[in-house]
Amino acid sequence: MAENKDKDIVMKCRHMEKVYPGTKALDDVDFNIYRGKVNVLIGENGAGKSTLMKQIAGIEQPSSGKMYLDGEEVSFKNTTEARAKGVGIIHQELSLFPNLNVYQNIFMNNEQKKGVVVNNEIHKQKTKEVLERLEYPIDPEAKVGDLRVGQQQMIEIARNLIQDDLKILIMDEPTSSLSQSEVQVLFKIMRELNAQGISIVYISHRLEEIMEIGDHVTILRDGKYVDDAAVKDIDVPWIVQKMTGSNKSYPKKERDIDWEKQDTVLEVKDLCLPKKGGGWLLDHVSFKLKRGEILGIYGLMGAGRTEVFECLMGLHPEHTGEVYVDGKKIKIKNIAEQIKNGFALVPEDRQAEGLVQTLDIEKNISLSSLKTCCNKFVLSKQKEDEYVDAQIKDIHIKVADKHLPILSLSGGNQQKCVIGKGVLTDPKILLMDEPSRGIDIGAKTEVFDIINQYADRGLSIICVSSELKEMLAIANRVVVLSNGIKTAEFTDDEITEDNLVLASYKGHH
Amino acid sequence: MNKKKDNSNLMMTLLKGRTLFVLIILFIFFSIKADSFCTVNSLLLVCKHVAQYGILGIGMTYVIITGGIDLSVGSVVGLVGMIAGGLIQEGLTLKFAGVTLYFSVPAITVICIIIGIIIGIVNGALIAKCKLAPFIVTLGTMYIGRGLANIRSGGNTFSSIKGQEALGNVGIMQFDSRVFAVGGFPGIPIAAILFLILAVIAAFVLKKTPFGWHILAIGGNEKAARLSGIKVEKNIILVYAISGACSALIGLVTMAQIAASHPNTGDTWEMNAIAAVVLGGTSMAGGVGTIGGTVIGAFVIGIINDGMTMCGVSEFWQKVIKGLVIILAVLIDQFQRNLQAKMALQARNENK
Repeated sequence: MAENKDKDIVMKCRHMEKVYPGTKALDDVDFNIYRGKVNVLIGENGAGKSTLMKQIAGIEQPSSGKMYLDGEEVSFKNTTEARAKGVGIIHQELSLFPNLNVYQNIFMNNEQKKGVVVNNEIHKQKTKEVLERLEYPIDPEAKVGDLRVGQQQMIEIARNLIQDDLKILIMDEPTSSLSQSEVQVLFKIMRELNAQGISIVYISHRLEEIMEIGDHVTILRDGKYVDDAAVKDIDVPWIVQKMTGSNKSYPKKERDIDWEKQDTVLEVKDLCLPKKGGGWLLDHVSFKLKRGEILGIYGLMGAGRTEVFECLMGLHPEHTGEVYVDGKKIKIKNIAEQIKNGFALVPEDRQAEGLVQTLDIEKNISLSSLKTCCNKFVLSKQKEDEYVDAQIKDIHIKVADKHLPILSLSGGNQQKCVIGKGVLTDPKILLMDEPSRGIDIGAKTEVFDIINQYADRGLSIICVSSELKEMLAIANRVVVLSNGIKTAEFTDDEITEDNLVLASYKGHH
Repeated sequence: MNKKKDNSNLMMTLLKGRTLFVLIILFIFFSIKADSFCTVNSLLLVCKHVAQYGILGIGMTYVIITGGIDLSVGSVVGLVGMIAGGLIQEGLTLKFAGVTLYFSVPAITVICIIIGIIIGIVNGALIAKCKLAPFIVTLGTMYIGRGLANIRSGGNTFSSIKGQEALGNVGIMQFDSRVFAVGGFPGIPIAAILFLILAVIAAFVLKKTPFGWHILAIGGNEKAARLSGIKVEKNIILVYAISGACSALIGLVTMAQIAASHPNTGDTWEMNAIAAVVLGGTSMAGGVGTIGGTVIGAFVIGIINDGMTMCGVSEFWQKVIKGLVIILAVLIDQFQRNLQAKMALQARNENK
């Protein structure tokens, strides 16, 4: 780190430490943010990336260590102080107000006033401008809670962009819920911001993205600094090796099965779901699922992927179309009924829809199948223990004690609990919505192993994902949805990134 | 580091048992301050009052665990008392047939419990099916219940509720009887026995049956519960129905205890029930709570009330002190939750 480089560095962090009760989340970490560059921070879950960012953005204060902004030592007591100095952050877990509309969210605590009254005309107009700049028009009056996760992420970005004096923008996994096209829009925006002299700190688990957008990479492992390098000097295997200490990638499992000869477990014919205010969320979608098959559903944000699952689980009674399970036509009434029919869902949003945070690990796993853990009307501790223990062992959840709170587990293990809960209902068809969202590479590989393992045992799995690499790694067959229309279906060698991306745009005119 | 962990574990144990400690301290305090407090007779009287808050609190615990609240319990107590009192004193006159029907006490009991359940089902259905806020719905039924109770008698009291042998409707006073009276021992109030039985059943249901876990899950994360296949609406309706049934039972017990049906009986009792539940460590946010806690909470409220009365503290100061105790309890509760979150984080990091 030569001195003459100093003016290229907008922020220097030296010897950063953060001690939580019983653990050191950050251990003597040095970190540089280069001016007008995309500074990538990378490491597995728990490596300390988010912790480091929280210190920089003023959310938490370091236990020790110094930060220099433009050569001047700074310390932030809270986010308002950090923001005043030009440091903004986009959180991994969205921090929006679902009960308020778009412009209220964007101008929250930054209200433009006309006298003592908020000036909503300016709010609306500026909101429109900033969203247009993002090439992502959303009605400023729309309620944020009604928007899809991808759209909410854009609001979160827009919220930071309206600051005039932004110097550093921290993005903690902004793309984890965005589709490919949205990611490209985001990257374009990031480059524009760079050109304006704004430095970006970018945290992501998607290595291919880092190679595309990143300028400089810093790697953390277990709260310690490992290495840093310019992106042009390195490649993906180098990063993976530094992150994990070993070589890891998604292994593709070869399965030699003649799908023609397998029984059809599920057949969906002409599934339609009307959109509020006209049009279709799903427009005559049909597909089949064979025994033991892993069917991928790929598509951009809003293509209707999640809606397919919601229809199958009985969340949209207004849908039309025919659904056959084992050749028998079924009428979809409600979730409880669908679980009985052999469906199980692993929802997209683990925290909001997958877990009950107030219950312990065991109960979170057994929740959907409590009735089978019963002798008559009373829960049998013995049966429950037996089922849950078997499940924990089966999918390798790392738990010290299954009576600990569910939040004491890492993200990957929490996800395994949600999967375990679904599998414990003894389903024929497992629906997984973004099963590897927000978990690190090691855990991802394990989740893929679990999926393959169950498929081998004859469970049929439908897997929704917006990650191409994931589709390539696990799916035996992929259905592509675009704008609510099924645009393509690929098997085996046809499943390539190019094919998938191409098909995912076909539904748009 | 290990020592630190032990310290927080000890702290946790102390915090979890806090209401019990408060109860013990209060008990010792009043035993010393008021001579008449620590006698068999006064303690049995305390038990009788505790049963009142406790039984209402049991229903309330379930409701609050789902993340709701039931403000209507007090007026259900009043309404049920008026209906039962009316049925005993005046009977049910069918004008078109020109006859007046008198029901036996068991029949009246069943009718009253069913009325309580129906009010609960109305509450639950409006909350679960129509997605209305529990506070508003039960505030509404609270007023309706109180109004109907007054309408029943035009605001008057039914005072001859003992029934007549000739009409076959004696026996309501059984709800104020005492059992196991031996020698000088005056016997345990039946209300306390009912409370004990209900508490055991309720605790068992909460801990050991799918229904119990389902309501814990609904309170913890309704969306996840729904996606896990739990019938959220049905369970919520059931929870309010249980609360209604508990209130109806207390309606009968109270009218027997005061030997009359007064339309304003049970006014603000919902607050005592809520206080007992909150003191017992049940989270108003839902998802966390125990019946055992509520039982202890009910005792704390009961002992404060009766103990202070025996000490000669004015009713006005009693209210101030009760309020302070509740706020303190919630404060400590918050502190415990933070500590718990910290410990979970610690466990998570150690598991790495």
